[in-house]
Amino acid sequence: MALLDKHAILERNATLLLIGSFLVVTIGGIIEIAPLFYLENTIEKVEGMRPYSPLELAGRNIYIREGCYVCHSQMIRPFRDEVERYGHYSLAAESMYDHPFQWGSKRTGPDLARVGDRYSNEWHVQHLIEPRSVVPESIMPSYAFLKDNPLEVKGFATHLKANVAVGVPYTTGMIENTEADMRAQADPNADTSGIEGRYPKARVGDFDGNPQALTEMDALVAYLQMLGTLVDMKTYDETAGDR
Amino acid sequence: MAFLALVGAGLAKDAAFANHMWVLVAVMMGTTIVLLRRVDFGPAPVIDTSGYMDGPIRYGTIATMGWGVVGLLVGVVVALQLAYPDLNIEPWFNFGRMRPLHTSAVIFAFGGNALIATSFYVVQRTSRARLFGGDLAWFVFWGYQLFIVMAATGYLLGSNQAREYAEPEWYVDIWLTIVWVAYLVVFLGTIIRRKEPHIYVANWFYLSFIVTIAMLHIVNNLAIPVSFTGSKSYSAFSGVQDALTQWWYGHNAVGFFLTAGFLGMMYYFIPKQANRPVYSYRLSIIHFWALIFLYIWAGPHHLHYTALPDWAQTLGMVFSIMLWMPSWGGMINGLMTLSGAWDKIRTDPIIRMMVMAVAFYGMATFEGPMMSIKAVNSLSHYTDWTIGHVHSGALGWNGLITFGALYFMVPKLWNRERLYSVRMVNWHLWLATLGIVVYAAVMWVSGIQQGLMWREYDEQGFLIYSFVESVAAMHPYYMLRALGGGLYLAGAILMAFNLTMTILGRQREEAPIGGRAPALQPAE
Repeated sequence: MALLDKHAILERNATLLLIGSFLVVTIGGIIEIAPLFYLENTIEKVEGMRPYSPLELAGRNIYIREGCYVCHSQMIRPFRDEVERYGHYSLAAESMYDHPFQWGSKRTGPDLARVGDRYSNEWHVQHLIEPRSVVPESIMPSYAFLKDNPLEVKGFATHLKANVAVGVPYTTGMIENTEADMRAQADPNADTSGIEGRYPKARVGDFDGNPQALTEMDALVAYLQMLGTLVDMKTYDETAGDR
Repeated sequence: MAFLALVGAGLAKDAAFANHMWVLVAVMMGTTIVLLRRVDFGPAPVIDTSGYMDGPIRYGTIATMGWGVVGLLVGVVVALQLAYPDLNIEPWFNFGRMRPLHTSAVIFAFGGNALIATSFYVVQRTSRARLFGGDLAWFVFWGYQLFIVMAATGYLLGSNQAREYAEPEWYVDIWLTIVWVAYLVVFLGTIIRRKEPHIYVANWFYLSFIVTIAMLHIVNNLAIPVSFTGSKSYSAFSGVQDALTQWWYGHNAVGFFLTAGFLGMMYYFIPKQANRPVYSYRLSIIHFWALIFLYIWAGPHHLHYTALPDWAQTLGMVFSIMLWMPSWGGMINGLMTLSGAWDKIRTDPIIRMMVMAVAFYGMATFEGPMMSIKAVNSLSHYTDWTIGHVHSGALGWNGLITFGALYFMVPKLWNRERLYSVRMVNWHLWLATLGIVVYAAVMWVSGIQQGLMWREYDEQGFLIYSFVESVAAMHPYYMLRALGGGLYLAGAILMAFNLTMTILGRQREEAPIGGRAPALQPAE
């Protein structure tokens, strides 16, 4: 075993051992990850995808902060039972603006990739306040405090700017109107033409049942209600192979 | 530092950051007071720098023990929260915030301290050299504890970047990077000043663990903070790229933090406790290079049937299956080290514990490749089976090998003749083993049942169960799982008591294990 005898060289030189083991551990990652930034089907855009509206983005941040991803996935696999239960399987492009992704790894609760528009706002609010009042078998914690937490609106434009820095195409118009859009999206009496122009298909209205205040509950429900609603799967071309 | 943190609290852009900075202020003020009280204006004591530097290792041993009990306790609490949802206390103690606390406490606080302490112990003794860098080793220890405190309080206060096992936000990540570089300097420096011609095999594993974790940590946490005085940041990658980067990190946190580093422990403490040389030198070379090369590729098996391209999934699966070989090569090398000393299993509960650890390692590294096969994964993914799998590895392998190493090190570090009680070690072993077996078996049943319920159709072609029916069906399993975890926790508390008494210098009067040679009975 002459080759193995040569190993003594590495065993006697800490620097060589360090460099050698570092090189060995970089190979796999480079080969698997780097192509994902170039391959057509992982970077292609699908009709209907747009950046999150500021209110939805704020809701998403609450979803992240509360660790919802530890029990809920947002990734429907292409199996008959999952497609029937949750809707069309998830496309790569549907998470193209997700910094970070929220596919999850565990379904203690159901998948949420297409939960948008499935339940009413009232249902979501009631379910978040007292989950077992609408689903008796649920083991979800209560999130009633969201209804009392006012949403931080001031300065939220910096969040959009940070997203621009990582590649999300927010326009100057979007950034300038951040705070107005957040208020308008949750206000049933507001003029919503601006926000609907900037963020097509955005759901507008009072989400948390309390039109006086803009709360974290408004933001979270706005986020949940848009999940999976942007791409119209009826017109989506299956043969495009965008998975 | 306290002042800087105070400024941070004042300028904070969001509540989580403000609260978090107040925590930092409190920690820094506390440290300052302790340090000031210890200031001594007499002549500086002469520190003997000829021997090994064991101070940080002693502290690290105690930290491992303490964080271990804390992490396991939080584990039992979150297990009970799943069985009894009323135990969630919003907002700070909801499951979503507690679960990252549990995983970080056991992996990084318990496992990390165990790795740092044992690596400092092993590298000095196998290199016959004092730790490099003087007080830098103390910086590594205290800096790491600060990282843990900041990470743990961050989750509860609502600072979480939602990357599994890498949940701390950007400023905590930067701090860990600094500590980690110091750790590498101390470790590598000690190897370089060694008085032995060869670098011992355990140190190869420790070294590759430190380097690889640095790489994984930095790449996976690349993010743009919203503000330098706010906790929130946005990941540099999105969607598919972000998912694979995260699981490349996530799987190799298992591969390098929980495997390579702990294999370093195995390669030192098993031969020492058994008083036998490592079984095969050649096998250890092959084991090392094959393991570190193959592990890195296995990440995509966490993303089977997702929107990740098929070729990447298949590549991940193939390498995961290949990984079975070096894993079992390592297991064989560890177990066969006992050849010629197998009788010690009968009389030495510490050896018994280490053998049990390696056996669980073998079991978990067989189950892992099996679960990475796409057909199996289509059933097991998203279910409790995965949770059972990680716990048989974490509790069985990481837990037991660490306990074995602690039982080995403590009497030596504090110059005690022996442990307070060897019989308690035996009790610990069997409590822990029973706990793991209950835990893993219950999670197999619940996971497979969950997976089957989700895909069960009736004769007309309709799904039989609604999702929530599968949740309700899990209730008995979640209770039993908490019981298994409770047994394991009880064992750890027993260990903490035993080790504390050992450190205090007590010895329990007890009959030796295995008894005296059996007295011959006279023939009738």
